[in-house]
Amino acid sequence: MYSFDYERPSGVNEAVSAVGEDDKFLAGGQTLLPTLKLRLAQADKLIDLGGIAELKGISVSGSELSIGAMTRHVDVANSADVKSAIPALSHLASHIGDAQVRNRGTIGGSIANNDPAADYPAALVGLGATVHTDKRSISAEDFFIDLFETALEEDELVTKVTFPIPEKAGYAKFPNPASRFALTGVFVAQTAQGVRVAVTGAGPCVFRQTDMEAALSSNFSAEAVSGIKTEASGLSADIHASADYRANLISVMAARAVQAAS
Amino acid sequence: MTTVSMTVNGKQVSADVAPNTLLVQFIRENLRLTGTHVGCDTSQCGACTVHVDGDSVKSCTMLAVQADGADVTTIEGLAQNGELHPMQAAFKENHGLQCGFCTPGMIMSAVDLVKRNPNPSEETIRTELEGNICRCTGYHNIVKSVKAASENMGG
Ligand SMILES: Cc1cc2nc3c(=O)[nH]c(=O)nc-3n(C[C@H](O)[C@H](O)[C@H](O)COP(=O)(O)OP(=O)(O)OC[C@H]3O[C@@H](n4cnc5c(N)ncnc54)[C@H](O)[C@@H]3O)c2cc1C
Ligand code: FES
Ligand code: FES
Repeated sequence: MYSFDYERPSGVNEAVSAVGEDDKFLAGGQTLLPTLKLRLAQADKLIDLGGIAELKGISVSGSELSIGAMTRHVDVANSADVKSAIPALSHLASHIGDAQVRNRGTIGGSIANNDPAADYPAALVGLGATVHTDKRSISAEDFFIDLFETALEEDELVTKVTFPIPEKAGYAKFPNPASRFALTGVFVAQTAQGVRVAVTGAGPCVFRQTDMEAALSSNFSAEAVSGIKTEASGLSADIHASADYRANLISVMAARAVQAAS
Repeated sequence: MTTVSMTVNGKQVSADVAPNTLLVQFIRENLRLTGTHVGCDTSQCGACTVHVDGDSVKSCTMLAVQADGADVTTIEGLAQNGELHPMQAAFKENHGLQCGFCTPGMIMSAVDLVKRNPNPSEETIRTELEGNICRCTGYHNIVKSVKAASENMGG
């Protein structure tokens, strides 16, 4: 690692005013530290968000579940509130990486990073969640822009994510056997605004599969989606899977997600 | 330099470190506790697993400054009064290691997993150890060791 300065503020305002052009926020460090170690990234200063109590925690009010940016994957996986409001989200969090990664990694860090194979983006887009920052609120669909790119400005801090509680939802992923990242993952939700289907891992960025949404709107069953194909052009291809393979996985995972929906 | 203080295996320690010092470097180089291993550069192998405030974490993927004020346990902290921890004893008894490189991390993860799942099934053991890689054993005897230890640990 190149050398850097370190600061551990105790409030959001303090963190935002501390961050300069070549500085980075440090959340769970499960992506940022490996990248710094390999010298794929560099920072003048790390601003550790670990001391900011207001960024942590889970709450439910009325029809909305709220998760603070610094809430760890393990806390989302084990939360009784998440299990009763959106069990699919607890399931998703419990399958991110491995136990040690879940003990450090956070929802804010995961979405700010926007890895094309990350799990949370599928849940945010699938549920029509809202990302709250120190400056504004952004709908999940406007937040995730492209490969590792989000709507966040350099000095903008994710503070929490709010999820409208769906009638039911399910998530299924085909994990990369080495990293457990999603080779393809599909999040399906039946919401007051209709059915939503979000796909991660298959392309450069999370996207909605609207043909499947239409089919599930009239018939919410695995059979309704298992035959629906996704165009392979534009999907990712690498040593792990071809674009065609990923296109097929979307149908298989969508059917499993519908079956798992509760 | 930043001053960090933490409790490691029950002892209060304190040192001035550069902010880019990893927790594993601090443990191995400052404290000379070399039971915690480094097996990769990519946060994938789990050989460096220690407990921070009771949770298993990869000490190669945490800064020493992030552990300021924390309670850390390493493999050296498991044995009590010269008696192996039941998990260590079970690995010995069940041939749960060959070269031993992965073993400290495996044992730290296994202790945490049994704490969270007092009576784990074989499947639970295998999925909960996903963050620990072993190049030698084929895992079979590791799983057997964890199962045996969970029974001895009163699960
Ligand atoms: C072995 C391994 C396996 C993994 N497997 C999976 C998997 O299966 N699925 C999956 O989804 N992920 C996986 N991950 C990634 C993991 O979930 C990370 O925890 C996550 O991507 C990043 O979260 P973090 O809290 O660690 O963030 P950090 O690494 O600390 O930060 C990541 C980036 O986000 C920025 N950032 C952090 N917090 C904020 C904030 N509040 N506001 C603005 N910017 C912020 C940082 O500046 C940095 O650029 C894996 C990681 C490892 C090491
Ligand atoms: S040394 Fe491999 S995960 Fe830490
Ligand atoms: S015993 Fe050799 S790596 Fe596990």
